[in-house]
Amino acid sequence: MVKHTLAVLVENRPGVLSSVAGLFARRGYNIESLVVGETEDRTVSRITLVVEGDERVIEQVSKQLNKQVDVIKIQDITAEETVDRQMLLVKVSADQVARQEILQLMEIFRCRIVDIGRRSLIIEATGEERKIEAIIQSLKPFGIKELVRTGTVALVRGAK
Amino acid sequence: MNGAQYIVKFLENKGVDLIFGYPGGSVLFLYDILGRSTKIKHILTRHEQGAIHAADGYARVTGKTGVCFATSGPGATNLVTGLANAYLDSVPIVAITGQVGVDSIGRDSFQEADIVGITMPVTKHNYLVKELAILPEVLEEAWQVAREDRPGPVLIDIPKDLFAGEFDFAHASATSKRKHKTPLKNELAKQLGKITAVLQKAQKPLVFAGGGLVSSEAEEELKQFIEYTGIPVVTSLMGKGVIPEEEGGSLGMVGMHGRPAANLALSNCDVLVAIGTRFSDRVTGNPQHFLTETCIIHVDVDPAELYKNVHSEIPVVSDAKKFLQMLLTELREEKSSFAFEPWLKQIDSWTKEYALSFRESHLLKPQAVIKAVAEQATDNPIVVTDVGQHQMFVAQYYPVRGKRSFLTSGGLGTMGYGIPAAIGAAFGRPGETVILFVGDGGFQMTVQELAVIAQYRLPLKIFMINNSCLGMVRQWQELFFKKHYAQSVFTEGPDFLKLVDAYGIKALQISKPEDTKTIVDEALRHPGPVVVECLVDAEENVLPIIPPGGQPSEMLGRWHGEAHISSIS
Repeated sequence: MVKHTLAVLVENRPGVLSSVAGLFARRGYNIESLVVGETEDRTVSRITLVVEGDERVIEQVSKQLNKQVDVIKIQDITAEETVDRQMLLVKVSADQVARQEILQLMEIFRCRIVDIGRRSLIIEATGEERKIEAIIQSLKPFGIKELVRTGTVALVRGAK
Repeated sequence: MNGAQYIVKFLENKGVDLIFGYPGGSVLFLYDILGRSTKIKHILTRHEQGAIHAADGYARVTGKTGVCFATSGPGATNLVTGLANAYLDSVPIVAITGQVGVDSIGRDSFQEADIVGITMPVTKHNYLVKELAILPEVLEEAWQVAREDRPGPVLIDIPKDLFAGEFDFAHASATSKRKHKTPLKNELAKQLGKITAVLQKAQKPLVFAGGGLVSSEAEEELKQFIEYTGIPVVTSLMGKGVIPEEEGGSLGMVGMHGRPAANLALSNCDVLVAIGTRFSDRVTGNPQHFLTETCIIHVDVDPAELYKNVHSEIPVVSDAKKFLQMLLTELREEKSSFAFEPWLKQIDSWTKEYALSFRESHLLKPQAVIKAVAEQATDNPIVVTDVGQHQMFVAQYYPVRGKRSFLTSGGLGTMGYGIPAAIGAAFGRPGETVILFVGDGGFQMTVQELAVIAQYRLPLKIFMINNSCLGMVRQWQELFFKKHYAQSVFTEGPDFLKLVDAYGIKALQISKPEDTKTIVDEALRHPGPVVVECLVDAEENVLPIIPPGGQPSEMLGRWHGEAHISSIS
């Protein structure tokens, strides 16, 4: 089954997120990730959804979403040329010895250290899902204390 | 002007003349204002479920939007079944509920319930109004949403302080700020050519008419289309009555308890023109095996219905009426002619060989009562059912005629729908005969509404098919659970005649088949409301039946009067 990225423009009103999320739950579709935020127009929010399913499921999801009064537009941007990004914050154990090694690693991934504690570091990273996965894997041996990441946000490249 | 005054004024301007509802703490102010309206009459039901089903019945028979009021908390939650019922059957309703005061929301206040959260899945849309400034916009949008495209229920939840709150509405925007949606795929104009081509080549075409034709009032267009093409018609339960049955080509209802010839035609057609139907599982059985060889032209105003349950070669997003008008014009311009004599002969032979039948005995049969009423009520009455065996018997044996004249809880299958829906129908079309068939189970679910019937002397003819059990449940237990009748038999019941009498309503009883005609006649002639208790054979089953998951051709029935049931092939 293919992962689809849906860009959903919605009215920026209370309850919209809950109605969109509720629709997925009650119709039995799975959300892999969901990110929501205001757009260039403050009255409009953009929900980026990553959904797993075959064509039939994705078509139903899109149509059911489109029926929602507060949904303005849905684009399946899976097949488009897009810029996709996730964000990661990870707190990793780091004594004096490990610290140097982690810093070098993070240099390679072009991540930033945003907090330094006595025994730990917080690292901030953005990138495609694959890169975020790779960063997490590379930090695992040091001991990940806490981790938080966003879902994917995406924009279609070029003039569109 | 205060919020309540604005709401009542808004509804008056929309032409609302009747509201069904039930007051309570959070809507006291609204009722105070409503009570002063000279244009709107309020019908006090005896339960909020009664109010919303009545609004539903009213909307179905009139084509107008049903309106109902309820208070916060339990008042609002009592609407839930009725909203779900209207949602599944696409009935336009605007429900206005009171809510606790704005500052009390979220504190588990007295009679607080998150009704917007609760009803999100069973309404087309809902609103919590937290400030008077947006009230005009919300009311206007809600009114539009309930009616446009595929109709449905909308709920507006309003905190009680807003009813009393003063606001200068002259400066508030009363237009919906909704943005335009993206254009649809599969628009009618683009598909017309394909449809006429497919229809011309069809050897065994069939029209499958659904409830969408009823709500778009396309009866006349359908009739013309059928007359022009000669294509036979089957209907869904919701489409029943859209074309007169047993006249001019209607084969009746398809599905789990459909007419045999209708189901056989559905199984064997090569082109199916499905209009305004969502291919419910009561029709398709397992959708993966449903009509895999047939070219399905699926027309629905709701794009999400296309491909939802079944495949379709030609999907069309269109209102049913517009679709038929445009298709007819196209066919007439092209001077298309149709010939499929062998197909019609085949259907004719099915109709004769597998006619609907039941076995008469010394016991009163529910089918016999329904047939008798259908024969004796000659003024094209509005027919309302509750849910269960009697509902299917009515679908099979009562040929309904006339626009918006068959009311049943199709999608949700709500027991208790019948009495309040019939009340709504009687208010919606005063002067017309309204006949309700209801089982003894469903009767007891909303029996309190008899008080409304008595109060307004609504001339309802209620035939209560009493088999002292939950007939459909009992039937399934007999057929599929080795006759283990778990909790489906009422061992103790009220004296229904006394109960009805206590409400001041005339009560009659039929216990012997030979009395049927006389008593039905007496009931129909009685000028006021009447309840006829029909003591029927409790062992009677609805046949034919397609076993769960089966295909339309896999009906079980008694085909030639034999004692056991068998499949056709």
